[in-house]
Amino acid sequence: MKNIDEKKYEILFLIIALSSLTALALITGFIFYKGLPIIAKVGLFDFIFGMKWAPGKGEFGIFPMIVGSVSVTLGAAIIGVPIAICCSIFLAEFAPVTMRNIFRPAIQLLAGIPSVVYGFWGVLFIVPFIRNYLGGPGLSILAGSIILAIMILPTIISITEVSLLALPRHYKEGALALGLNQWQTIYALLLPAAKSGIVSGIILGIGRAIGETMAVIMVLGNSVAIPESILDPVRTLTTNIGIEMGYASGEHQQALFATGIVLFVIIMILNASAQYITRKR
Amino acid sequence: MNCKIGKQMKATVMAAQLLVFVILISACSRNNEVGVIVAGSTSVQPYAEVLAEEYMILNPGTEIDIQGGGSSAGITAATNGTSDIGMSSRELKDKEKSLNSIEIAKDGLVVIVNPKNPIQDLTLDQVRDIYSASITEWNKLGGTDSKIHVITREEGSGTRSAFEELLMGESEITPKAIVQDSNGSVRLLVADDPNSIGFISMGIVDETVKALSLEGVTATRESILDGSYTLSRPFLFVTLNEPTGQTKHFIDFVLSDEGQKLLSHEGLVPSMNK
Repeated sequence: MKNIDEKKYEILFLIIALSSLTALALITGFIFYKGLPIIAKVGLFDFIFGMKWAPGKGEFGIFPMIVGSVSVTLGAAIIGVPIAICCSIFLAEFAPVTMRNIFRPAIQLLAGIPSVVYGFWGVLFIVPFIRNYLGGPGLSILAGSIILAIMILPTIISITEVSLLALPRHYKEGALALGLNQWQTIYALLLPAAKSGIVSGIILGIGRAIGETMAVIMVLGNSVAIPESILDPVRTLTTNIGIEMGYASGEHQQALFATGIVLFVIIMILNASAQYITRKR
Repeated sequence: MNCKIGKQMKATVMAAQLLVFVILISACSRNNEVGVIVAGSTSVQPYAEVLAEEYMILNPGTEIDIQGGGSSAGITAATNGTSDIGMSSRELKDKEKSLNSIEIAKDGLVVIVNPKNPIQDLTLDQVRDIYSASITEWNKLGGTDSKIHVITREEGSGTRSAFEELLMGESEITPKAIVQDSNGSVRLLVADDPNSIGFISMGIVDETVKALSLEGVTATRESILDGSYTLSRPFLFVTLNEPTGQTKHFIDFVLSDEGQKLLSHEGLVPSMNK
C-alpha cells in the first residue's frame, strides 16, 4: 500500500516537472514551425546577411539588426563588466559585514526593477543627456548600452562574488603568509582561480543583455541601418519583434518568428558555452 | 494515516472538479452575453472606445468589446468572423473590396516639429525629400545648422502606410529614420528634440509640438473636407456582410449626429458632416 502511494506521488511530480519541459518544447517547436518557411523562401544567407528590411515589399534582411544586437551588447559589456567585477571583489574581499548587508540586497533589488522602468528612466534622463552633451538624436547605441550595463550588473556581480567566496580559504591564507599584500593576492591568485565562474557570469549577463527587449525599444531609436557611430540609433533582433509584432501578419509575421529563431540560436550558444566553461572547472 | 491522506486527496480532487465545473459554466454563460466585438487599427481604437462607452451608457445591458491588433488584423478578423466589426485606418486593398465598409470619419495626418523650430511650412516635395534622406540638414530649408532627426512609424502601422501612400509615392522612407511604435511616442520625441520631425494623427496634436502647414494649407476640418489638405485618410468600420442586429444598431449610433459629434469632439473630421 505504502509503495503504491509513493509511486503515485513520484509520477505526479514527474508529470508536473515534465510540464515545464513541455512548455519549452512547444515554444521551440512553434517558433521553428512559424519561422522556417520564410527562411527557406528567402534563403538562410540572404536572411542573415541581407541589408534591407522592408516586409511590406518582401525584403527580409536582418543583418543591420544583428549588428545592432552585437554592438549594444558589446557596449553593455564594456561598461558593465569592469564595474561588476570591481563591485564583487569589494563585496567578497574588502567590505565589512554591515556594508555587505546593505550592498547585497540593494543589488538584488536592481535585478527586480521591471525593464520598462529602466527604459522609461533612460528616455527621460539618459537620452536627453546624450542629445544635449554629445549630439545626435540621443536615442542611440550608447543609451542602450548604458541601460543594459546597469541591468546586467546583478547577474555578473552575484555569480562572480559566489565564485570568489567558493575558493578554498587556504589559497588566500597561503598567499598572505608568503608575504603578498591583499591586492596582489586578489590580482594574482583569486581572480585567476575564480576565472571560470567569472567568465560564465559574464556570458550569462551578455545573454540577458541580448535578450532584453522593452528597455531597449524605448532608448535605441530602432532604425534599420548599419550604425556609423555609437551615437546612431540601431535596432536589435529583440526590438524588431517587439516593435512590429502588433501589426504583422502573413510573411511579415513569419519573418519576425524567423528573427526569433536567430535570437534563440544565439542565446542557446551563449548559455551552452557558459555551462561548458563552468563544468570544465 | 494513509487513510487520512486518502480522504484529503479525495476532498482536493472533488474541489478541483467543482472548480473546473464552475469555470466551464461561467465561461459558457459569458459567451452567450458578449455583444459586439470590434477589433483592428490602433489608430481607430481610442475613438471606438469613446463611442462604445457612450453607446453602453445609452443602451444599458449591451456590451461592445473593443480590441486593437492593427488594420490588417482587424480586416482579417472581420473576414473570418472572429470579430463583428473590423477597424481600418487605411483604404481597403483590392482583394479586400468584397467586404462591406463604412467610413466613420476622416483623420488628418500632420507633420510635426519641435516648437523651437523656426520652420512653419513645407512643401510636399520637401517632406518627401526629408523622409527619403535627400535633405538631411535643416539649413537647406531655412532652419538652423543641424541635422534633421527623422522619426517614422514601424513597418505595418496604418499611419505609416497612409503616409507612404499619400506622400512618399515611389520613394522610400530612409532606413536611418528613427522608428517608434505609437503616435504618442512620436509626439513625445518631437516635443523633446529640437531637430526632429515626425508625423501623427491630427487628433493627437497638442501644444507640446508644432504642426506644419503643407503647401501653405493648415490641417483643419474644412481643409480636409474640401480636399485642399491632402494628407488625410479614412477611418473605416468593416463588416463581412450587411450588418444586422446589435452590430447594425451600434454602427447606426456611430453615424448618428450624436456619434459623429463625439468623434468631432475627439479631434476627427466626421464623415456625415452636414
